[in-house]
Amino acid sequence: MSRNHLFYAVLLAATIAAPFLFPSYTAFLATLWLFIIVALTWDMTGGQMGYNSLGNIFFYGTGMYAGAVIAIGLYFPVGEWTDASRTEVLTVTGGQYYMGMLLGIPGAGLFCGLCAYLIGPLFFGLRGPYFAIGTLGLAIAAGEIVSNIEWLGGGQGISMPHSPLHPDFEKVLIYFLYAGLGVVLFVFLKWLYSTRFGAAINAIRDDEEKAEAMGIHTLRYKTLTWAISAVFVGMAGAISAFQLIHFEPLETAYQTINLGIFMVVCVLLGGKGTLWGPVVGAILFHVFKEVTWNYFLGGQWVALGLLIVVIVVFFQDGLMGYLKHIRPDWFGIRVDEKEADA
Amino acid sequence: MSAIIDVSGVSKSFGGVKANTDISLTVEKGGITGLIGPNGSGKTTLFNSIVGYHPIDGGSIKFEGQEISKMLVPEIARLGLLRTFQQTRIYGEMNCVENMLISLPHRKLSLRDAFKQNTAEDSEKAIHLLDFVGLFEKRFLQAGSLSFGQQKLLEFAMALMNEPTVLLLDEPTAGINPTLINGLIDRLRRANTEFGITLFIIEHNMRVIMNMADTIYCLAHGQMLASGKPEDIQDDQRVIDAYLGAH
Ligand SMILES: Nc1ncnc2c1ncn2[C@@H]1O[C@H](COP(=O)(O)OP(=O)(O)O)[C@@H](O)[C@H]1O
Ligand SMILES: [Mg+2]
Repeated sequence: MSRNHLFYAVLLAATIAAPFLFPSYTAFLATLWLFIIVALTWDMTGGQMGYNSLGNIFFYGTGMYAGAVIAIGLYFPVGEWTDASRTEVLTVTGGQYYMGMLLGIPGAGLFCGLCAYLIGPLFFGLRGPYFAIGTLGLAIAAGEIVSNIEWLGGGQGISMPHSPLHPDFEKVLIYFLYAGLGVVLFVFLKWLYSTRFGAAINAIRDDEEKAEAMGIHTLRYKTLTWAISAVFVGMAGAISAFQLIHFEPLETAYQTINLGIFMVVCVLLGGKGTLWGPVVGAILFHVFKEVTWNYFLGGQWVALGLLIVVIVVFFQDGLMGYLKHIRPDWFGIRVDEKEADA
Repeated sequence: MSAIIDVSGVSKSFGGVKANTDISLTVEKGGITGLIGPNGSGKTTLFNSIVGYHPIDGGSIKFEGQEISKMLVPEIARLGLLRTFQQTRIYGEMNCVENMLISLPHRKLSLRDAFKQNTAEDSEKAIHLLDFVGLFEKRFLQAGSLSFGQQKLLEFAMALMNEPTVLLLDEPTAGINPTLINGLIDRLRRANTEFGITLFIIEHNMRVIMNMADTIYCLAHGQMLASGKPEDIQDDQRVIDAYLGAH
């Protein structure tokens, strides 16, 4: 076993053992995995492909609703479930609950992937800030639209079927759903970035005009990348739906200024365009957030705003970017000394 | 020989500037065709029109008999009609080998192939072509740290990696160390003879193009001034005047 393998084996073991070793931190760690997932997926387009989306939260919210609709719709008409004037109590059995999870989470991912695949060609005609604002518009509009769909519970939101598990066990289950998805995503990306596909999206980031001139299927790759990231965000959204029990559209599902911005901050903090950057950034950010939210209550948004300003002004390439700069050899970067000095 | 590129009656203007007016020319399959003209005469504009970089105002452009004037840049590139840029475009953050591997001919790759890693043959081919243009020693260096001339050579090697049928080169010798120009001319010729790539070359340096091309077209003020064999062009008074007038 090489040192690398050992490193990954230790990480995996820690991931599995964590909720048993630190049971009071299970929820904290579950959220950490959520941050890792949204940061890694944001970096697929933002860091690896050079398209900064501010609207990936759209897939998170849509994943929540899609997961809910599947989990409920399997056994009841959704409109009846969400009907506010309903008096009779609708419940699912334990088996039905798990079946809802089993189908709802991947189903939500597929639905979000399909959404991204369909709307991708529309958005990938936009470049730079227009893409960022365009995608943000999508997320904002979706929140408003969903608030007005009574079938989905409107502005009141929607309640999930009740879990048959004791809350302590439910927490552990949710943790492992996030962690499992995060691990699969990490391994998948490690592989994806080693393929020609990975190289092609890097080419799009570095010089899209050149990539087009070389005959790379730029639109196809861009749309696929976004669709793949949407699958994972959508699944994470569906897991959140089960975790939260009840959620509503604007503050929870399509929460543009919370998770929608956090995912970008995580990536900037850790370093864009690297596999580990988003992971490290998510860890740093989550700790920062817990500390400020717990100890500077009232000032937490000021602290977050300052953090963003500091990153953007002084630390644009994040932690990994900084390491790349001071230790290029660690990343296999070699420059032509003669030309660089000349 | 037959025409592989057939440009007829192409015009393109930018606002009030008529960059190309009613241009017609053909590029013979398997040959080396030159395009000369003073600065600002519309050479790059014509290349851009051919590769679909901008819509043309009128006329027709055919590649292997197929009308391509309405097609998009990547689509045309995937037909095997490739161009290099006058300002040189490489992926500066990546090293030379990575630049080469990204330039694999995507028209020959299925989506499934795209989800595979590069093969040992791909890397061998990349290194072989880097060696061919004289960049073997620099192969693992960051491309953006190379000199302008070396970047031009890299861009040429990337184009070869793509296995085009026709390669449009925009001033391939500009910015290249004069002592290396003869070597580059030799490599361009070999790309034509050994790899069988049809070349269409914009060249400002008369000596270079006279040496290489079978047919030369000369633009001035966006219009076709003259065309013919190198020796005819060389002695053409209108061409001489256009060049002298521009300097
Ligand atoms: N994108 C553009 N927008 C406006 N004018 C342009 C553009 N491209 C070229 N031109 C103008 O068209 C004319 C021909 O330019 P160009 O084709 O680059 O000439 P050449 O390559 O022969 O030096 C010039 O007057 C140039 O200023
Ligand atoms: Mg030019």
